[in-house]
Amino acid sequence: MIGAIRLLGRRGLSFFERLGRGHLFMAQVLAAVPAALMRVTLVVREVWSVGVRSLVIIVVSGTFVGMVLALQGYNTLVDFGAEESLGVVVALSLVRELGPVISALLFAGRAGSALTAEIGLMKATEQLDGMEMMAVDPLRYVVAPRFVAGVLAMPLLAAIFTAIGVLGGYFVGVGLLGVDDGAFWSQMQAKVALGEDIVNGVVVKSLVFGVLVTWIAVFEGYDAVPTSEGVSAATTRTVVNASLAVLGSDFVLTALMFN
Amino acid sequence: MSMSTRNVEIVVGLFVAIGLAALLMLAMKVSNLADISGENGYRVHAFFDNIGGLKVRSPVTMAGVRVGRVSDIGFDGNRFQARVTLSIRPEFDRIPSDTSASIYTAGLLGEQYVALLPGGAEKNLAEGAEIRLTQSAVVLEELIGQFLYSQGKGDEGSDKGKSTF
Amino acid sequence: MSHEPASPRQTRDAVVEVRGLHYARGSRRIFDGIDLDIRRGQVTAIMGPSGTGKTTLLKLIGGQLRPARGSVKVEGVEVSRLSRDALFDMRKRIGVLFQSGALLTDMDVFANVAFPIREHTTLPESMIRDLVLMKLEAVGLRAARHLMPRELSGGMARRVALARAIALDPMMILYDEPFAGQDPISMGILVRLIRRLNDALDLTSVVVSHDIRETCSIADYAYVIADGRVVGEGTPADLENAGSGWVSQFIEGLPDGPVPFHYPGPDYLDELLGERA
Repeated sequence: MIGAIRLLGRRGLSFFERLGRGHLFMAQVLAAVPAALMRVTLVVREVWSVGVRSLVIIVVSGTFVGMVLALQGYNTLVDFGAEESLGVVVALSLVRELGPVISALLFAGRAGSALTAEIGLMKATEQLDGMEMMAVDPLRYVVAPRFVAGVLAMPLLAAIFTAIGVLGGYFVGVGLLGVDDGAFWSQMQAKVALGEDIVNGVVVKSLVFGVLVTWIAVFEGYDAVPTSEGVSAATTRTVVNASLAVLGSDFVLTALMFN
Repeated sequence: MSMSTRNVEIVVGLFVAIGLAALLMLAMKVSNLADISGENGYRVHAFFDNIGGLKVRSPVTMAGVRVGRVSDIGFDGNRFQARVTLSIRPEFDRIPSDTSASIYTAGLLGEQYVALLPGGAEKNLAEGAEIRLTQSAVVLEELIGQFLYSQGKGDEGSDKGKSTF
Repeated sequence: MSHEPASPRQTRDAVVEVRGLHYARGSRRIFDGIDLDIRRGQVTAIMGPSGTGKTTLLKLIGGQLRPARGSVKVEGVEVSRLSRDALFDMRKRIGVLFQSGALLTDMDVFANVAFPIREHTTLPESMIRDLVLMKLEAVGLRAARHLMPRELSGGMARRVALARAIALDPMMILYDEPFAGQDPISMGILVRLIRRLNDALDLTSVVVSHDIRETCSIADYAYVIADGRVVGEGTPADLENAGSGWVSQFIEGLPDGPVPFHYPGPDYLDELLGERA
């Protein structure tokens, strides 16, 4: 009994210790960002690694999610004779929630884990140490460009996911299920607001998610135990923690924005 | 994996362009961007006993064509009526001043809108004008109440008729 | 343990001065009061059993770690008190060769050697090319400059790392276990390179190793560290004649001595014949 309480206490303390370390780390990374922004080549390389290489999974998933939304939405709306509103259902679901959230989860899995593994491996092979001893700040050279790239790439990926999803929904709804083309778009345009829905949903949410996911990914990599098990454990932690962070912050953001 | 720097930059540039294009597509085709740009209309007021489910940004139509939208809904404490501000697009500037405004329901999902029925006056509506003739939204409970009341009245009448025979 | 009396060579000025160094990691005490000098122009060896914190010593000299107590001075300046910028400036003048080479894996050999030059100078690419070729030529790998690190053998990777370490013409190079796990040929190459570069480029070299023969063949002076203290110092000849204790067990590679063969525990016969533990 006492042992369980002590274990809980130790776990709790180490949780707070990591939380604190993570925030201190973030402060250092943010301080290194301006220098990183000047090294455009580095940032561009990371945007390629983190953004472009996630395109395939984003596009494929976006298409399927949009198509499924159209199918399910149609099934429900047809009972009320309201299938003309399918465009609204597909668009609002994607723009407000599914677009930013699902693309963030996919990003955490594909790009986040890759970032953690890269940085963790550099730590394990003493490359980060080597850089420090060559008077090159690894935060500026390795971490900050990846952070900037992640934050930039996330909203772009979310926008692509959402747009492709709407098109997928159009293909199924209008193309396959026979919803009226004009009604699909006009009702959607009437109900989806630029400011509240698109900016809040796709842009703001995905920016927040981008910051959270990339932060967790680079921190876990930098903080990893420099062995192969350590890097592997860090990669798993990134995916789990980043996903939880996305879902948790999504709830908070949704409550703030759409209430 | 190691592509030349120039190729990488080109691809990344394409990626950013595609992302922005997606955002633009969302803004233009999916949202009501077109409507927002037409937000600079002239304002007229109308007072209703009951606005039902009318909301801000509900459409304002005439002959079924959208000519503007509801820009504000408030309560007038003196008249004890709802004050609805309609923002009408500047191109529709020849609406007679005795036009009436009614609140109708569109479709099964109950979205309500304001329909304008033109009058025949010489003068036109201008900024700040008031629409005098209004018809409130239909409230289901009142409809049922009216129906039951008229039913009751009908029975009485037929009873009277019967008793004289 | 008493220190040797000062020999004429010890009147050279000390590039690195360590006095009363204490360092611990967690509850383990790694250094318990260490004094040593690294003299200019010499190859100084730091030897000792595995795990005595020799790599930690290099990190303390380079400013990556801070001593719990005591002082570490490089060219008269206390390292732990340097500002970040001053520390980075100091590091540009020290080359470090890590045990694994620590080459950056996403760029080829040329780019690796050019890395410190590109990061810290604004020299034009043509000059950088010449410099890199010269450094690679010094370690015998000029023709290998387009290979990627994963295509190099361990010995070659270390030589590239050495070329990178001398890229900015440092005044001192720290070698962390340069001979560990090398085949005889690579070992021979590295041994000769370290000595030749030290003399040709007027460097000061610190070699941390437990390969006695190789290290002693090129060292001008050596320290033996065990149990967190300096247990012996002197020229390789002095150490070979040490005669007793840690130093001779270490130098001669004896299996038993002050560092026991058997892990400490109860008596053998008692355990066999006694109660089941």
